Amino acid sequence: MARTQGDLTVAASEQANDPIHQFIVVPLFSEHIGAASFTNASLFMVIVALAVTFLMVLGTSGKAIVPGRLQAAAEISYEFVASTVRGTMGQEGMRFFPLVFSLFMFVVFSNIIGLIPYTFTVTSQIVVTFAFAALVIGAVIIYGVMRNGLHFLHLFVPSGVPALLLPFIVLIEIISFVSRPVSLSVRLFANMLAGHITLKVFGGFVVMMLGSGALAVVLSPLPLVAIVLLTAFELLVAVLQAYVFAILTCVYLNDAIHPGH
Amino acid sequence: MATEHDSHSAGTEVPGGAAHSDVFPPFDTNHFSSQLLWLALTFGALYLLMSRIALPRVAAILENRQATITGDLDYSIAMQKQAEEAGLACDELVANARMRAQALAEETHLRLAEEAVEARKALEADLKDRLGSAELRIAEAKARAMHTVEEIATEAATAIVQQLSGKTPDAASIASALAAAKTA
Repeated sequence: MARTQGDLTVAASEQANDPIHQFIVVPLFSEHIGAASFTNASLFMVIVALAVTFLMVLGTSGKAIVPGRLQAAAEISYEFVASTVRGTMGQEGMRFFPLVFSLFMFVVFSNIIGLIPYTFTVTSQIVVTFAFAALVIGAVIIYGVMRNGLHFLHLFVPSGVPALLLPFIVLIEIISFVSRPVSLSVRLFANMLAGHITLKVFGGFVVMMLGSGALAVVLSPLPLVAIVLLTAFELLVAVLQAYVFAILTCVYLNDAIHPGH
Repeated sequence: MATEHDSHSAGTEVPGGAAHSDVFPPFDTNHFSSQLLWLALTFGALYLLMSRIALPRVAAILENRQATITGDLDYSIAMQKQAEEAGLACDELVANARMRAQALAEETHLRLAEEAVEARKALEADLKDRLGSAELRIAEAKARAMHTVEEIATEAATAIVQQLSGKTPDAASIASALAAAKTA
């Protein structure tokens, strides 16, 4: 919404109406993008990490028996993720709790901070979400092999399948396993990307209708109302997708703990 | 839109990398290495902070709170039990006291009644004694009076006989005559 108001001030510039422009990664202190360049994406990664740290470390520094608001928020986050981890993986899965918690908090803060106008959404970059997915699948494979040895391969061989069907089943299981990091990363990335583009497009409608005069000016508040509703919806999506990411992480890690189903 | 994009890419064009301009930004591989590096740094730092500091701390807070709540509950239950025991003891004490008071009242009542009976008996015995002695005295007085009357009658009879006959009658005939008169 505020993005739209910002757009009004620079309505002449077509750049502001470009719904893709918000995803461009630009270096902040140098001309070229290299591996070490500090970009707007890097800036918001740092902001997200600091925000989570602020909540979880400073918020709990009082160690109060009766928590204040910040500590209560930190405890609610803890218990929410902990119950998710316990529910899907059991008590044994609590060894992955710090990983799942960090992932969930990083993603949910990225998604929500990204909804603030003029910010950059870290999770709208496929490379970021794919790195997270690769981290999860890597953890599944490494821990699965470490814990179960070759028994981990039973993940691909369900018990009680006729020998004739077995090759196909194994093939399907392997394909489904390989597609997990793809689906995990693309789901989050696409949700963030599409949501932000939609918001931006509706914002562009307001500007274009205001600029075209006549009847369109009268109707221009309509897309604005739509943006308000969409923003609420995107807020839901932001939290929901972070939750989906976290719970799928738990489900996949559960395979590493109990590969035999 | 397209022109703006072009001018942007022209400003940041890397020598030898012509791919920047028309690529959809999230798929532009030029910034992948930078993103991965910074993601590794920030997420790694976040993971360390969470796993080393924040999560153990929250776990300790929750545990501490649970322990405090359990302790307080136990304490309150113990106190309640103690209060109930004290209430029971108090009830018992009151019941005992009431019982004792009742017993005391009954005993006193009996004792008083007994005392009253005894006092009445003593009084009656005393009265009886006195009545007896008085009757005795009356009988004595009566006997004395009767004796005196006999003497008077003897003297009067002697005198009357002397007066009528002129001679003194003997005492024995007088006495027999008197006895005959008394029985008649």
